[in-house]
Parts: sequence; C-alpha cells; structure tokens
Amino acid sequence: MSGTTTPPKTSSFFRKAMRQKRFTFGLTVTLLVVAFAVFAPHLAPYGENETAGPPFAKDGVFGTDYLGQDVLSRLMHGGQSILVISLLATLLGMVVGVLIGVVAAYSGGWWDEVIMRLNDVLLAFPQILLALVVLTALEKPSSLVVIVLVGASHAPRVARVSRGVALGIVSRDFVVAAEALGERRSRVILAEVLPNMTGPLLAEAGLRLTYSIGLVAALGFLGFATDPGAANWGLMMKENQLALSTQPWGVVAPVLMIAIFTIATNLMADGLAQASQKGDD
Amino acid sequence: MTATETDADHQVAPTGGLIVENLGVTLTGRPVDVVDDIDLVLRPGEVVGLVGESGSGKTTVGTSLLGYARAGAVISSGKVLIEDRDVLKLPWREVRQLRGEEIAYVPQDPASALNPSIRIGKQIVELLELRGIGTAASRLQGARDGLAEVGLPNDDEFLKRYAHQLSGGQVQRVALAMAFLPKPKVLVLDEPTTGLDVTTQKMVLDTMAELCRAHHVSALYVTHDLAVVANIADRVAVMYAGQIAELGPRDTIFANPAHPYTRALLDSIPHLSQARALKGIPGRTPSPGSRPDGCRFNDRCSFAIDECRQQVPELRTIAPDHEVRCIRVEEIGTWDISRGTVPDSDPDKKRDIILSVQGLNIFYGRKQVVHDASFDLAKGEVVALVGESGSGKTTISRSVGGLHKDWTGTISFEGRELAKSARQRSAEDRKRIQYIFQNPYLSLNPRLTVEQIIRRPMELFGIAKGKQATDRVLELMEQVALGSQMLRYQANRLSGGERQRVAIARALAAEPDVMICDEITSALDVSVQGSIVALLEGLRKDRGISMLFVTHNLALVRSIAARVEILQAGRVVEAGSVVTVMETPKEDYTRKLLSNSPRID
Amino acid sequence: MTQVATLPDPFEEVAPPRGRSGGAAWGLWLLRRLGLAVFTLWLVSILVFLATAALGDPVRAILGRDYDSNVAKREQLQGLLNADHSILWRYFHWLGGLLTGDPGTSLANGQPVWGQVSSNVMNTLALVLLSALVMIPVAFGIAMISSHFRRRRPDTVIQTILLALAGVPEFVTGILLVALFSTSVFHIFPAVTISSATGHPWDTPKGMVLPVATLVVAVSPYVSRIVRATLLEVLDSDYVELARLKGIPEPVVMRKHALLNAIVPGIQVIALQLAWLAGGVVLVETLFSYPGVGFQLVDAVRSHDVPMVQLLSMIIAGVYVVVNLVADLLSILLTPRARTAISS
Repeated sequence: MSGTTTPPKTSSFFRKAMRQKRFTFGLTVTLLVVAFAVFAPHLAPYGENETAGPPFAKDGVFGTDYLGQDVLSRLMHGGQSILVISLLATLLGMVVGVLIGVVAAYSGGWWDEVIMRLNDVLLAFPQILLALVVLTALEKPSSLVVIVLVGASHAPRVARVSRGVALGIVSRDFVVAAEALGERRSRVILAEVLPNMTGPLLAEAGLRLTYSIGLVAALGFLGFATDPGAANWGLMMKENQLALSTQPWGVVAPVLMIAIFTIATNLMADGLAQASQKGDD
Repeated sequence: MTATETDADHQVAPTGGLIVENLGVTLTGRPVDVVDDIDLVLRPGEVVGLVGESGSGKTTVGTSLLGYARAGAVISSGKVLIEDRDVLKLPWREVRQLRGEEIAYVPQDPASALNPSIRIGKQIVELLELRGIGTAASRLQGARDGLAEVGLPNDDEFLKRYAHQLSGGQVQRVALAMAFLPKPKVLVLDEPTTGLDVTTQKMVLDTMAELCRAHHVSALYVTHDLAVVANIADRVAVMYAGQIAELGPRDTIFANPAHPYTRALLDSIPHLSQARALKGIPGRTPSPGSRPDGCRFNDRCSFAIDECRQQVPELRTIAPDHEVRCIRVEEIGTWDISRGTVPDSDPDKKRDIILSVQGLNIFYGRKQVVHDASFDLAKGEVVALVGESGSGKTTISRSVGGLHKDWTGTISFEGRELAKSARQRSAEDRKRIQYIFQNPYLSLNPRLTVEQIIRRPMELFGIAKGKQATDRVLELMEQVALGSQMLRYQANRLSGGERQRVAIARALAAEPDVMICDEITSALDVSVQGSIVALLEGLRKDRGISMLFVTHNLALVRSIAARVEILQAGRVVEAGSVVTVMETPKEDYTRKLLSNSPRID
Repeated sequence: MTQVATLPDPFEEVAPPRGRSGGAAWGLWLLRRLGLAVFTLWLVSILVFLATAALGDPVRAILGRDYDSNVAKREQLQGLLNADHSILWRYFHWLGGLLTGDPGTSLANGQPVWGQVSSNVMNTLALVLLSALVMIPVAFGIAMISSHFRRRRPDTVIQTILLALAGVPEFVTGILLVALFSTSVFHIFPAVTISSATGHPWDTPKGMVLPVATLVVAVSPYVSRIVRATLLEVLDSDYVELARLKGIPEPVVMRKHALLNAIVPGIQVIALQLAWLAGGVVLVETLFSYPGVGFQLVDAVRSHDVPMVQLLSMIIAGVYVVVNLVADLLSILLTPRARTAISS
C-alpha cells in the first residue's frame, strides 16, 4: 500500500534470470552439452559402428566398448538422439500439461473437478512405469513412441503445477476486469493469464527437461532403444556394464555426460525458479 | 528539543516514560537514512500518536523503541532511554529481557501475531512462564484476568481455541491482553486496528486507552489514520519522509496545524459533520535515497520558496510543547478547520433515475448473503453503499456490475433489465456500466503498459483504434493527472495511487454513464484518497457520470455522496439523502455506526 | 486489576464450535477420500489393461519371426491371454482375478503370477523402508544445518550441491557409486546383490548398502531443500518475529514455534518422495540385480510377459495411491486449521 516512488525496474524476466548465478552457469553448461551433441558427430575420430580395436581394450581416449567400437566416438555420436527426444518430449508435455491445467483453473467448478480427477489417474503412475507398461506390448519402440510416452508422463505433472499457478492468477481482479469488459475467453487465457505465468512455467520446463533426459537415458539403459546398434548414452551404459571393473570408461563416460547434462539443466531450472519468485508484483 | 532541555523541563515520574533522542535508522551497507533526527518523549499514562503516510518511517520508529530494525536496516544513531538505561546500548540478553516486560509491542496484522499451531491459552501464558513469574496456577489465573480485562470470555473453551477460530477483533484483543500481562511501562502499537470494522476498532481503542490510564503505561500509537488519533492521543507527532514534521498536543495540532504537510493532510480528510471539497497533495512521497535536498516536503509544498531547498529545517518550538520543522511557519497564516467546507448535496433535488435495483437477493452457493435490497441511482448522482465487512455492500456492487451472477431480482439500466453476468449482457450495457476495483495492485495486469490497459476498452467497444486511440489515452491520462511519460510504463512500476488513476482512466475510456467504485480508496494513503475523490467529483460535475460508491467510511460518504444506503448483514437498514440520514438517523444501527466512527471535528 | 466493563460485542463472528459433531464429519470425509482413491485405482486398472492389451500384440512381440511358424506356442500364449474373447470380457475377467487373488499366468514360464511376486514384494518393501529410515534423519539434519547458516556461505554451498544431486537420475548416481565403491577406486561393496539361496537380500547387509545409498542420494536432496525452505519461511514469519519481540530466547523460538509449523510440509514431502520411490526402485533394482518388484517388472517387460506386467503395475500404482492418501491424511491431521475445519 505504498504511495512511494518505485524506481524503474528492468522488467525483462531474462535479465532477472541472468543475475542468478545458477541460471547462467546451468545455461552455459547446457549449451555446451547441446553443442557437443550437435557438432561432435562430425568431429569423431571413428564412425558410430566402426571397430577400433579388440573389445574392452585400452586403445583410444576412453578405450573400446563391448564390440570393440571406440567409446569416445560413440560418445560423440550418442548425444543427438537423447537431446532431440528429450527436447521434443518436454515440449509435448509442457504444451499439453499447461493447456489442461490452465483450462481447469479457468473453468473452475465442476469442470475443474473432473479434469483434475482424470489427471490424478495419470499421476498414479511413476513416470517410468507408464513407459514400461506401454512398451510391454510393442515389439520395438520408435522414437515417436518414446517421445509421446515421456511427454505423456510429464503432462499430468505439468498440469497440476500450472493449475496451481493459474488458480492464483485467475481470481485476481484484472482477470475479472477483462471478463467484465466481455473479452473472449480464449483471449483472457492467452493475453491475461498465460503471460503472468511465464516465470514459473519456464522453471517447470527446465525441471521437465531434466527428467526427460533421465527418462530417455533410463529407457536406453533398460535396453529399450530404438536402434540397438546406434550410439545412445543410456544404451551404452547397459552394453558395457560387464566390464565395469576393468574398462570402466565404457560406462562411466556416458554416465558422466548424462550427469553433467542433468545437473546443468536442473541448475538452470532452479535459477529460473528463483528469478520468477523475485519481483512478481 | 534537545536532550538537556527535556531532562530539565519534565518531572518524569520515577517509573515509566521513555525518551527518544536523535534516533536514526539507515539501510544496511548504504548511507541512506530511513528515519533521522527523531526526538520524542513519552510520559507515563499518556498516548502519543505517531502519524504518517506510507514511506514516512513511522513503523521503523515504532520498532526501534524495542531496539529492533527490520532486515536490511540498522539503527545507526541516537538513544532510547527508559529510566536512564539506553535500550540501544544494552547487551542483547538485557534487551530480550526488556522486550515484553518493560516495552511491549502490539503488531498490525492480528492474524500473524499468533502462532497458528498453538492454543491461545498457552500462548498468553508463555511469556510469564518464560520469566518464571508465579506458579502455573497463578499464571493461568493471570491469563484469565487479562482476557477479562479486554472484554473476552476466559473460560476453558476459549483458552483452548486456535488463532484461526477467533475473529479479527478478538485476535487483536488477545494480542493486547498478551502485551499487558507482564505490566510493561511502555506500549508500542503498530496500526493494530487496520482492517477492523469501525465498531470493533472503537472497542479495541477504548480498551487500550483504559488499560493505559489504569496502569500508567505510556503508549506510542503508530497509524496513518488521523481520525483515530484525534480520539485517543494526548499528543500527536506527524512524520513525513523519515522526519518529524510537527509535534504538539492533540487539540493544537487539529485546531492550529502549523506545518504545510499537516495542513494538507487535514485538508484531505473528510468529516462526519459536514461535506468538504477534499484535496490531495501533488506528487508522491519520496523513498529513502530519493528525497529532495533541503526540506523534504518542498517539492510538493504550496508555500515553498528557494530557501526551502537549501537547508533541512530544524525542529523548532513555536509555542509551549508545539514544535514544527518549517522555516516559514510565521509567514503562512492561520489555518481554519472549516476551510474547504462545502454545502451538502441538496436532498430535494430532482432525480432522473438511470439505474434501478429491486428486490435483489444474492447467493453464494446455497447461502443467501443479501436479502431484498432495493435502491436507485440518478444521473450525475453518487449513491454510497455503506456497511461493515459482511454487510453485502461489495457483493451488491459486484452483482450490479455483472461480476457475480448468482442473484435474483431486477436490475434495470435506463429501463432495460440487465442480464445476470457481464458476459450475457449486451456490449452496449457492458460499455456504459464500468467497475473499478478496490486493490489497485490486483486490478491491473502487471505485464501490460499503461497505454495497453487504457486503450483496451476503446478497442473492444469500437470507440477508437490505432493512433486515435493513443491520442485519447493521452487525453484521459491528463484528466486523471498522470504524467504522459508514463504511457509506456509497465503497470508494476506505478504506485498505488497512480494505479488507481489508471483504473479510473480505463473505466473512463469506455465512456460510461455509471461507474461502480468498490472501496477504491480504502487501500490508499489519506492524501492520495483526497486527490482521487477530487478527481471523481470533477468527473461527476463535468460529465454527469453517476457513481455507486461502496465504502465503510461514513465521513467519506458525507463529502462525496448525495444519497446513502446503510447495509447490515445483507439488508438495507436505512436509506435516504446523505444529509437526512447523517444528521437525523432513524435506525439504531445507523446511530451506532455514526457514534463509533472516529471523528476529527 | 481494575476491571473494564465487559465491552458489548454485537458484530463479532461466532467462531465455529469444536468437536461434538466432529466424529461424524471426520468419518464422512475419510470415506469420501477412500472412495476417491478406490475410484482412481479402478481407472488405473483400466489404463493398465488397455495399455498392455490394446496397443499391440504381445504374442507377436514374444515370438517375433516365429509368429507364423510356431503355431503351437502361439496358440498356447493366446490361450493364456484369452485372446479369442472380446476386450471387455478380458478386462473384467482379469479384474475379477485381481480381486480374488488369481491375477493370471505368466507368459514366460506358465506359472501363476502371484506366487512369483510375493517374495519380491517383501524385498522391495525392505529396500524402500530402509532407505526411508536413513533418508529422514539425513535430510532433516542437512536442512537444519543449512538453515542454521542461513544464507551464508556454508548454506549456499550445501544448497548448490543438493540441487546438483537432485537432478541426476537415480541409476546414474547408482552407477557412479558402483564405480567408486565396487571397482577400481574402492573395493568395498558388491556391485551386484548376491541372492542367497535360502533367504533374503538383507542377510548379506553389505549388498544392501549401495542400493540403499543410491536411493537415499536420489531422494534426500529434494526433501532437504523443502524442509529448509519451510524452516526459513517460518523463521521469518510474523508470529516468530513477534515471539522474539516478546523476548523469548532464540532456541525456544526455533523449537516451539518454528519447527512445529515446518514439520507439516516436511511430512508431505517425505510422503511424496516415498511414493516416488515406488517408481525409483525400478531402475535401482535393475542396476543392482536386486530381487525386488522393480527388477521383476523390467524383466517382464523385456519378455513381453503381459500378466506379470499387469500385476506388478497395479501393485506399484496401488502403493503410490495409498502413500499419497496417507500423506494427505497426515498433513490434515497435523494442521489445526484444517483439522477443525473438517469437524465443524
């Protein structure tokens, strides 16, 4: 309730985010990993399936894997699929989840109850369980299937979070004011509600990306890869597990990549969350 | 008044009393003053009102008396003397001892004062338990006595309650009981009645005044509400931008205010007994770090001269016990409380009805909250809906505006019946009846710019587009006294008063015939309220806009409305022209409301 | 003490009465929540069944290229799945079996599913409970240490480490722990759970250490962060500030006033994490070859053993729902405001 002057705020959200050390660090490392995944295949010393020596030998920077392929090269080739699948799955999960959550919050009443009850059913599955259950009946999962599965497991969680955020906004007077003016419902959602949710939504997206990477890698680790021959960080962990004591790099290298990637995205997400909490009026 | 003069002048009773000398609080790590040069004396048994608007620093002064500064600030200079001991210099353990036992604090927000997980009885007793005072039985009895003293039940059932099971007034009285239990010498109260109903407020204030007198406790009552202070304080200190602007006995301050700021404040306060042309103060209160050179009020003062900008004036005595911080006191003439008095609206004026409400019953789910309300509104007229919280006044206004659709009855606009919700109404009806909300911090989309917010109704109702719309926006901004440089500001950069003006401009952009104002000034400082009221009055006169004005402040009604509807528990208890109802109330409830409202006059 | 005349109070709200009709209101609420949980589980069963039965042909997945050639096997499998009946019939048949204790026959070995599952359930329970028991003091301890140093360097360092750990997938932590403690660096703990012929994994406690450690590392960071955040929020709150202004000493403030209000969100989060563990065990058990439900599930999925997958999913989802219900219950019981709201 202030009658005092507010000094001009640099209102851009990203500027606020950039001031969070976690965000900048996380973003930098994430971009580095992404760059690695995208460009490294062109710089790899060996091809994806080229034999570089005897299996589990010490030749090369990280040695060779269970088939004798160069671990370093496989590492460089193996990031692309994880990256693309994780990103797309996150996008899918966010779009569907936000839609469900915001519509539920805005509609209120009976619709809200029904939507959230159905949402709870999907929430009853730990994320990996949903994927596994569906994969049972399929012979071989295509990338699209994995994207849809991972995205679908994100959607109910995103829905719950975005509903929570939207509820806080929907009851605010400026939304009521827009309705009193007779604005179309779709416009109210798009122009009044959603723009005031960007902070928390970006933070949630960062978090979902972290989980996507974990899930996709996990599916690879369990052996459910689309193409068994292709380089895939998760799959590599499984393939080379036998030689963990003698030639650990076959496992540890992809493991470290995944660890670094998820740490970076998580830090980034947290930085975004911190930025969105500060200075929302 | 310097320290030595104080010591010599007052025969302070051996127990009690508090002297503040040259108190200063700055922001941590920066050489920016939050408050400075504060000198105050509290005598035993007296209540000193510390008055100021937001940004004045009054709360900071209040908590400093306990040696406490909020996070980000630090007490940088001065003394707080209680019986020759300086609170600010005592070791931490002794300060802790002091707090609660000798200097007690009653906070602003009643609900947050109590721990939600611990029962009331236990919390009251806790303080005594901690000091090892008495036995378990005597402590419990002490708690019971304390509750009785503030007019609350003290049976086991009440003691077992949790904080959320009490009403706001009850919670605040429990807080008072807790503060008085250890028999402190000094009491600091931080706006403890904000948000309470007028009647509850009166009860809390009477209780407090009685307790202070009975126990010879000195009290510092921090508030923004001059009317409250006029009723309970013996002396008044007015603060502006971190300094004391004026200090003196209550009667003097209200009858002969010397400082231009005090005068401007008094000019913006409505009276119960007569209508006034309320005014505001141009500009806004500067925050610490952006205060002007010289006299801090000089950029907003109508008496300012060049000299005012050069030096910070000293607080000097112009009459016994009356101090003022202004170099031009002798030159600016006297002030008369009846300045600004205007005649009441003519009760017999012919009324051309534009909006009519009949037999309105409003529901929340299965509960009926408004019963059979009927009233009407004429062109160019302001009708006030008055009541305490829960009276249904906001619910009625929302239903008329189409924001709440669970009602039966008839609402007619120019003879046509209106649909229940705004969405179902025609665009024409929506356009001509506009709604302004109470909380300016919630009624504007913080992401949009002032321009985007004000032009939206124009686009929606086909009034103007593109460049034409922008031009009109600028016109409107000028009418509501918003600088044109704010056109592209995002809403979250504006102060409360500025946002409320944007809300008014947005309403005006639709070119309405009726504006529904829902407690639009309740969240604003009193001087800002004055300027908003002046603005509305201008709109009414120049454009003939009718207004439904919802408020709980009866004095405000006198100055702004022609007719008033008094509401209690969802029913219209009394209605009529403002003059008639307020001079000759027929109903007991109205009489009670009038007598409980704090008066300045 | 001078008595002030009792001040009349005509406009006060009547605070809600406590207790008397409380019992009935509680019962109703509980019933409603239970009903909701059961309803959710029923919908879950539909989803599980449809996902496994309607999305593809598991027989084809099992037999692969032999689908056309190995007719006998194909027909046997299809018989086990009752493939000649309609999907609706199959669902109710399965549901009935689930409720009466005969949830089908494994496609992999032709044995009833239930018998193979029960011992693994015990093992997983042991793993989860042990992890929870270790996790709670670890998480709370870290939270309290961190909030003690609030916002100074040790706090920031701890929080950043926790944040980093929170995002890492649990099997990645597991592998790193294995690489550290089982192989080249230290050779302390076994990398794989050695299943003793007679008994349970806990007979060789050394074998449990790494799986438990992995789960604890996966789950504690989040709990710790939330508990710390709540503690700080409470420590900054108005009523705690008032307690200080009343002169109450800091340790008492921390104990009586702050911790009490911080526990409730802590319990909620712990319950949520326990529920998460229901899914987290899948990967960890697979990594360590721990003979639990998760390991069995992965195995079943790989061999497209539909009845087994169906049963295990229902178990895991069931646990998830139940734990969430208990979390809800606890948080309401512990919040006076919500508790009295129900009884009034």
